[in-house]
Amino acid sequence: MSAITESVSTAGRALLSDRARVLKSMAFGDKVFALLTLSAAYLVLLVLAGIIISLIIGAWPAITTFGLDFLTTSRWAPQLEPQPILGALAPIYGTLISSFIAMLIAVPFGLGIAIFLTELCPHSIRKPIRLAIELLAGIPSIIYGMWGFFVLGPFLANYVEPGIVAVFADIPVLNSVFGGEMLSNLSLFNASLILAIMILPFITAIAVDVFSTVPPVLKEAAYGIGCTTWEVVSNVVLPFTRVGVVGGVMLALGRALGETMAVTFIIGNSFKISSSIFAPGTTISAAIASEFAESEGLHQSGLILLGLLLFVLTFFVLAAARLMLMRLEKRAGA
Amino acid sequence: MASYAARQRKSTTVMALCLLATMIGVVWLFLILFSLLWNGIPGLTFAVFTEMTPPPGEKGGGLLNAIYGSLIMTFMGVGIGAPIGILAGTYLAEYGRHSKLTPVIRFINDILLSAPSIIIGLFVYGAVVVPMRSFSAVAGSIALAVIVVPVVVRTTEDMLLLVPNTLREAASALGLPRSHMIRKVAYRAARAGLITGVLLAVARVGGETAPLLFTVLSNQFWSADLLRPMANLPVTINNFINNPDANWKQLAWTGALLITAAVLSLNITARILGASKDGQ
Repeated sequence: MSAITESVSTAGRALLSDRARVLKSMAFGDKVFALLTLSAAYLVLLVLAGIIISLIIGAWPAITTFGLDFLTTSRWAPQLEPQPILGALAPIYGTLISSFIAMLIAVPFGLGIAIFLTELCPHSIRKPIRLAIELLAGIPSIIYGMWGFFVLGPFLANYVEPGIVAVFADIPVLNSVFGGEMLSNLSLFNASLILAIMILPFITAIAVDVFSTVPPVLKEAAYGIGCTTWEVVSNVVLPFTRVGVVGGVMLALGRALGETMAVTFIIGNSFKISSSIFAPGTTISAAIASEFAESEGLHQSGLILLGLLLFVLTFFVLAAARLMLMRLEKRAGA
Repeated sequence: MASYAARQRKSTTVMALCLLATMIGVVWLFLILFSLLWNGIPGLTFAVFTEMTPPPGEKGGGLLNAIYGSLIMTFMGVGIGAPIGILAGTYLAEYGRHSKLTPVIRFINDILLSAPSIIIGLFVYGAVVVPMRSFSAVAGSIALAVIVVPVVVRTTEDMLLLVPNTLREAASALGLPRSHMIRKVAYRAARAGLITGVLLAVARVGGETAPLLFTVLSNQFWSADLLRPMANLPVTINNFINNPDANWKQLAWTGALLITAAVLSLNITARILGASKDGQ
């Protein structure tokens, strides 16, 4: 009798200790998994820190050599002996101008498409059109560059740009902005146009998203007092979503500033600042992409410094964009 | 105030312009696809998949080494980046939901998501290529992984936040430890979304060129050595475009067609997967 009790209680104890062991291992696994996710999250912060630190280290020789002159010098002579002269003015100018022109083209188009999709488009074709626009965003940028180089560039230089040059030939100021005796397939304007096509989907996608946050009652009320579609869009939808639209536009601007492969092929990589947008130019990313692999020493450091400038520039633009979009999200949630 | 007819006219004009903008946008996609098909298909022979990239001036040849290298590096980049991204996204959506760290990481992640990819290339050059003293496939894969992480973090967090809390509570009520609850319940409920995120990341890095330019370089020959420069499609296309050689130009178009076809079909697959989830 006592032997039976003994064996039962042994089995019970064994069961209990098994249970404790399993629970313990589960608790351990729990901790490990939690720690893993936390360290992966920290890794995201580390990547950002790593990018900044490695760029500063790489750029340090150029920073100490050129100082602030780097920003104001327009000469780029990496082969000069005994010491190269490097100035970032031309690539900075090209980056800003090409992005500006691209935004000038892409913003009205992107908003127009978004208005069409949210206000006018029949439901049955809304999805295919959105898909087509979003697929534009999926095409790798080198494909855009290649297409611009082989197809769009020659087309513009042969058929479109001579016409524009002729139209503005007799108007002062504009004839130098749209001027050019020797039109080439490679120019700042061509690069801007390709950039515009690339960022169009971003603007459209975000604009469609923020337009759909407008409460239907607001629009219905406006329609109810006899507003036309355009009046509803311009007086209700756009004011309501202003912050979000600006955020989306800045997000696209961040893309445009840093875009590399689409621009490198068609901008001409010339470090000369020209008044004409039909002349070749360069951007920060195009300069890095085309020269970095063959660079060394101070030249390479100068290119990394260019990269640092680009990163700082896009960081602020993107941060501002995100803050604006977050403000809109908060309001939509409230 | 303008007459109703005038207002109506103005509205119609603007809406017609919006329609025009949409048509131009859609036509543009087809223009690009059309020129890719037009120029790429004539070069699409069996040799493209069986022969190596030719030296300049020589006829024939294919893209085998470049296709192989691209597959390997995309696979490795996603293999490194996706688990990190899923874990970090899990932290944001599960453990750190009320932590002060979460909004900071989310914000930084969103910035990394749209940071210029050439900067990632510079970073990996400084952090991997210089210490290793060699361009290598490993460096290229790490550069791609850095691009994959933010994409996957974002989709993972979004998808996990869509999982109803009642599911989590039910699992916890049964006594499941939190990590089991996340892996057995939350991951399973969000599975389609997580896969979509990884597919989108593959599509994103599949055509990335800028971060590879000075991390792997490229290689004209077959190389399976991960510590050496390796051929890859984007950089091969990049090198072939800048050359007057007609054979190279043809191969560049064919390579571009292959990349675009792969990337767009991944995009569409991811979308279908995501949409079928919405429908449930």
